[in-house]
Amino acid sequence: MTHANLVTFDRHPDSYQHWKLSFDGPVATLALDVREDGGIRPDYKLKLNSYDLGVDIELSDALQRLRFEHPEVRCLVVTSLKERMFCSGANIYMLGTSPHAWKVNFCKFTNETRNGIEDMGANSGIRSIAACNGATAGGGYELALACDEIALIDDRSSSVSLPEVPLLGVLPGTGGLTRVVDKRKVRRDLADVFCTMEEGVRGQRAKDWKLVDHVIPPSDFAEKVKARAAELAALSDRPIDAKGIELTPLEREIGDSGYRYKHVEVQLDAPRRTVTITVRGPESGPADLDGIRAAGVDWWPLALARELDDAILMLRHNNADYGLWVLKTEGEIEQVLASDALMLANRDDWFVRETVNYLRRTLRRLDVSSRSLFVSVDPGSCFAGTLLELALAADRSFMLDDQETPENSPSVAPGEVNFGLFTMSNGLSRLEERFNGDAAAIAAVEESVGRSLGPAEALELGLVTFTPDDIDWEDEIRMAIEERIAMSPDALTGMEASLRFGGQETMETKIFGRLTAWQNWVFSRPNAVGDKGALRVYGTGTAPQFDWERV
Amino acid sequence: MAIDYAEKIPNNVHLADDRKLQRALEHWQPHFLDWWKDLGPEGFQERDVYLRTATSVDAKGWATYGHVKMPDYRWGIFLADPTPDRRIGFGDHMGEPAWQEVPGEHRATLRRLIVTQGDTEPASVEQQRRLGQSCPSLYDLRNLFQVNVEEGRHLWAMVYLLHAHFGRDGREEAEELLARHSGDVNNPRILGTFNEPIDDWLSFFCFTYFTDRDGKYQLLSLAESGFDPLSRTCRFMLTEEAHHMFVGETGLGRVVQRACEVMNELGTDDPLKVRAAGAIDLPTIQKYVNFWFSSAIDLFGAESSSNAANYFAAGLKGRPDEESFEDHLCTDATFALEQPREDGLGVLTEEIPMRNAMNAVTRNAYIKDCGIGVVRWNRAIRKAGIDFEIKLPSERFRRNIGVWAGFHFDPDGKPHSQTEWDEKLYDWVPSHEDREFVKSLMVQVVEPGKMAGWIAPPPRGINNQPVDYDYVRL
Repeated sequence: MTHANLVTFDRHPDSYQHWKLSFDGPVATLALDVREDGGIRPDYKLKLNSYDLGVDIELSDALQRLRFEHPEVRCLVVTSLKERMFCSGANIYMLGTSPHAWKVNFCKFTNETRNGIEDMGANSGIRSIAACNGATAGGGYELALACDEIALIDDRSSSVSLPEVPLLGVLPGTGGLTRVVDKRKVRRDLADVFCTMEEGVRGQRAKDWKLVDHVIPPSDFAEKVKARAAELAALSDRPIDAKGIELTPLEREIGDSGYRYKHVEVQLDAPRRTVTITVRGPESGPADLDGIRAAGVDWWPLALARELDDAILMLRHNNADYGLWVLKTEGEIEQVLASDALMLANRDDWFVRETVNYLRRTLRRLDVSSRSLFVSVDPGSCFAGTLLELALAADRSFMLDDQETPENSPSVAPGEVNFGLFTMSNGLSRLEERFNGDAAAIAAVEESVGRSLGPAEALELGLVTFTPDDIDWEDEIRMAIEERIAMSPDALTGMEASLRFGGQETMETKIFGRLTAWQNWVFSRPNAVGDKGALRVYGTGTAPQFDWERV
Repeated sequence: MAIDYAEKIPNNVHLADDRKLQRALEHWQPHFLDWWKDLGPEGFQERDVYLRTATSVDAKGWATYGHVKMPDYRWGIFLADPTPDRRIGFGDHMGEPAWQEVPGEHRATLRRLIVTQGDTEPASVEQQRRLGQSCPSLYDLRNLFQVNVEEGRHLWAMVYLLHAHFGRDGREEAEELLARHSGDVNNPRILGTFNEPIDDWLSFFCFTYFTDRDGKYQLLSLAESGFDPLSRTCRFMLTEEAHHMFVGETGLGRVVQRACEVMNELGTDDPLKVRAAGAIDLPTIQKYVNFWFSSAIDLFGAESSSNAANYFAAGLKGRPDEESFEDHLCTDATFALEQPREDGLGVLTEEIPMRNAMNAVTRNAYIKDCGIGVVRWNRAIRKAGIDFEIKLPSERFRRNIGVWAGFHFDPDGKPHSQTEWDEKLYDWVPSHEDREFVKSLMVQVVEPGKMAGWIAPPPRGINNQPVDYDYVRL
């Protein structure tokens, strides 16, 4: 493994290349100013405030810092430092030259970041306003769509647009189509017109069609945006004078056999294309809110979220051919439950709330990862409360039932947090999802809260899939892994995503579902990426050639 | 309202029989007149001006002279005569019959090209609206107004295309052309440089020489378009554009000539003495040339451009004099594009696909064309026995668009650090003091035949009239 070529997600505002983060009391401004030569790969230039994965990693980092380091921030303004150009979206040459898997990972990450902006408005008390001070195209408009409000400069030329279909023969990749109708409530015939016109819609018509909330002439733009940001800030319940928690650099060792963090260890098994992710539970933690604040970035739930989040991203972007993740835990069930209890007791505190939000987003990241997820409940494990969510997120789980020395058998322990604190992107808890809304099954698990459940009871309640005994254990696990990794990775990705998200849909599930289905289908079709495909020939002065057959 | 269209609006597009076009124009034309009165030349609307009017496209009709009040000017709609069986001359549709109607798939692109071109026409009228107050002679005043009314006609030409071929969107865009205003912060003209006022005559001559010449090259490129009405419209506009180049070239030439005369009269090459004698010294003229040339070449867009490639591929916009090239497909050809090294301290050459380089190809033709007048001015300077040469600056100098943007190259094309650049910039382009000096000379002279002291008289008048003819009746 050449570690130098790894995609990593560690960033700091001091060294951002593409964003300028500034503060004015309760209002933070993130201004996009993409450095053309600052692409995460060298073979394209990031012209016209277009972005690639590197630009979005910085954005994601900035949002995290607003959440944790700046509790005084109550409103976020997203704008641009370029003249007459807000953002022209994902860089087309980057997309045109990227392998399919890179594009998909890129789109998934950008989607998660944009969902995170909406999550900030809904759950963190940080509402956002996109101050589109110039042309707002494609992914640029999708970034604006993720904000709670959109203000567009009315300079008679700046428009909002989704030109992907007419210009590139692909679909907007970060929820644009879904948000236009589901979130902005644009009438669908107008949306049809909008999404097929290269030049987009500007001025009053953009407002009439509900594509934006405010259209403002240049002379008033800065002032009106500022005034609106102040109004949005006033709606927030964030504390006035709390002290932020600094997100110090993540401690991570990168080795040939994987990644090692303080609480998370990632082991790569190359011959079996399998990863083992081991999460360590907390040791003795703080006793009260002051202790939580004093622990800060080292508070176990936050440290866990950061490390697990980073591990998922590292694996997704650097280890695409490892198709199966086996999740394990180590530690004391009691300590996990104690940590959860303290977290729940203080969940109204801004910092605890942010940590819960972060854990929820990280678990959702796990849900939408295109890897098979197995859980192995071993002796000495601590699948309790927050960590039980890992078992519930898995496609299947194995729990040792040690017949020879039953006291060696591991336990699992449901907790209060498993009943709605960490909802999936479809808005359901993983238990509701697991039991397809079967109230009796959920109630049975609820009754068991506060107890450690052995293999038999866990199996009975439906919390684990299999409980092999000590004689079969190793062979069962080995065969399950070997069987799984032999199957078509594409079919598994599609199957797993379909089975993981039963029940109701939300805008978020639609966005991911349509990304993986429609967008990725279009992305891999000759009409987009063939030698004469629209995406491939864009900018070369050659017209695309389509296979006209409708599929 | 019964309008005699043939009389009121000279045209060769069968306006009298075209109800659809009449309705669009009936709505637009009063707005145009209001715009002209509000934002056209200030202070001379009720004066009789000796103007050239096009009444047909043939040799007899395209230049009819007579005194007219500008609001009564007969802005006409003319397309060059059709070429029988015209074929698309380049790109992927090479050899197919030229389009008489807008192809649906290129509708948005064509509209944008036409609107961008069209927007510059009224913009320049707005930029120049106060120049009449400081004209150096009646002859020059008349030339200014000729340029202005023809820019107005060119606006009509673009509006005709929008009305005739782009439906409701086209009518809305036509209204927008009158609604945007040069320099209006809330409602600016599309291209940045068209929002800067032109408030002295040296700038006006530079504008007509350099900026209008960009217009000429855009028109030459669009005259190649596979969309035949656009091609024919631009071909006729080019006949008028020639006068604007003439105003620029002879205007600058006369300023140069006057500087030489003063230098010889005083026996000095000291710029300060030339200034004290009320003329514009040659180094200052060079600074204006540097300024206007560098802003004009930005108008061609980025040297490597996907838009330019798409326009060429689709047959929408070709190269000037496309016929003179051998390869009209340019699918495999490359262009050696000079560009700065990443550190900005050197230059390297990269081969890029020819289709992407169309802006650079057009710009290079433009630069060559700009050189012709410079040769004439230098010949006059030499003839006066003066050792000075006006030079076009390097294309690398003072660029805001394209590969050289963001770097610091001087007029000779040599790289500089930011500090050096900041120190030397006003050795190369007019400083505030230079501009103030030039403005101080701008005092209105309107006695027939008289010239301001900073400009030599023209060798001859307009349309065989004497120089002291009453070109504008005050």
